[in-house]
Amino acid sequence: MKIFQQSFKFITLAVLVFLSTSIYAKSSNEGEGQVSTKKEVEEYILHHIQDSHDFSLFSYTNDEGERKHFGFPLPVILWTSEGLVTFMSSEFHHNDDGHVIVEKDGQKFAKIHSKIYELESGASEVSFDEDHHAKNAHKVLDFSITKSVVGVLFVGLLMFFWFSRLAKQYKNKQIPTGFGRVLEPLVIYVRDEIARPNIGDKHYRKFTGYLLTVFFFIWILNLMGLTPFGFNVTGQLAVTACLAIFTLVIYTVSGNKDYWMHMLWMPGVPVLIRPVLAIIELAGAFLIKPFSLLVRLFANISAGHIVVMSLIAIMFTLKDTLTVAGATGLSLVLSFFITLIEVLVAFLQAYIFTMLSALFIGMAVAEHDHEHEHDENGHEIPDAEDVRENFI
Amino acid sequence: MEPVTYNLIGAGLIVIGAGIGLGQIGGKAMEGIARQPEATGKIQTAMIIIAALLEGLAFGALFLGK
Repeated sequence: MKIFQQSFKFITLAVLVFLSTSIYAKSSNEGEGQVSTKKEVEEYILHHIQDSHDFSLFSYTNDEGERKHFGFPLPVILWTSEGLVTFMSSEFHHNDDGHVIVEKDGQKFAKIHSKIYELESGASEVSFDEDHHAKNAHKVLDFSITKSVVGVLFVGLLMFFWFSRLAKQYKNKQIPTGFGRVLEPLVIYVRDEIARPNIGDKHYRKFTGYLLTVFFFIWILNLMGLTPFGFNVTGQLAVTACLAIFTLVIYTVSGNKDYWMHMLWMPGVPVLIRPVLAIIELAGAFLIKPFSLLVRLFANISAGHIVVMSLIAIMFTLKDTLTVAGATGLSLVLSFFITLIEVLVAFLQAYIFTMLSALFIGMAVAEHDHEHEHDENGHEIPDAEDVRENFI
Repeated sequence: MEPVTYNLIGAGLIVIGAGIGLGQIGGKAMEGIARQPEATGKIQTAMIIIAALLEGLAFGALFLGK
């Protein structure tokens, strides 16, 4: 019975992975014959990497030459010079090059490369200059519920549901049941392996909440990026920048006296070097640390998505040399194993982001004891505690 | 040469540098683990942190060069 269950699970997994690749493949099979395959593949990858205003699962051209899209529209919320404007993204009819104009209360809008432009008064259609920039339209403040926003809200609700349920179970029965049993070891892992060793026994409790939130948020969104829904939330610069700014604010606000002292006026080095070190430390704390956090997550996830989609695109690029069956088989095998690696990367990137956040917070709240005795030459005499620690 | 080609050469150099760095980190960590298998956990954590820092640097360079 157990073997049956396990093999059933394996088959379900395999079918899911196969389905996801075949759905990806479907959405790339666009406009065959008119455009070159290379350009088509580039466009298809770029389209996936970008955020979009509608949630489209796949599309195809039927026998009458009509484009059919499967998915659902999302609300567009704009703040223009004349106030709030809202409509559904289906009014653009999946057009992305500015040819479909939506008119609301005398204002005209067009969507060009997933960005919404407002046409200037009097213009009836968008005209472009040589660099393909719109000449008579300008961008507006866009608060739309885009695909990424849907992803973020979904994960927020999911985490709220899971963790409030887990907390309730701890209050009632001590031992979690159901999905809580999957979450408990992860929570304990983040607390005991990431928060406690890096922040220190005294302060770690205060920051564990943030670290857990950030860990599960990034991890679940990374995993969602591997499903056929094609979310690419942690591969959006805005999302990763926001997460990095959270960490920046937390370690800047909770930094103690020693932290600022070591940053602005480093003790124990010649006075002339101190201003130089202060500049380096300030640049490190306010620019390099957050920048490395945001770029690492963004680049890893985007690169992973590009690799998976390029391997799926082998189906089309090598169709003529390897025949359809050969190209599909090659693409299936390669993308299957890359997807397995991506599952690892999804966890690793969440771990690294949390780890480095904990490390930076730990640097800011570390307590240096200046109570050590000094001998006549000014050297520190280690106390018994330090000596014992060296031997353990 | 077109500017795009220079970008690609730069990307190649970055990847060579990052590869050498990651190889050093991984190799030394392996040696450390072989010498002291009981410290595997600590060595792995430190290895991942340093690899992540290096990776951040390489990605930053790739990103700015793009």
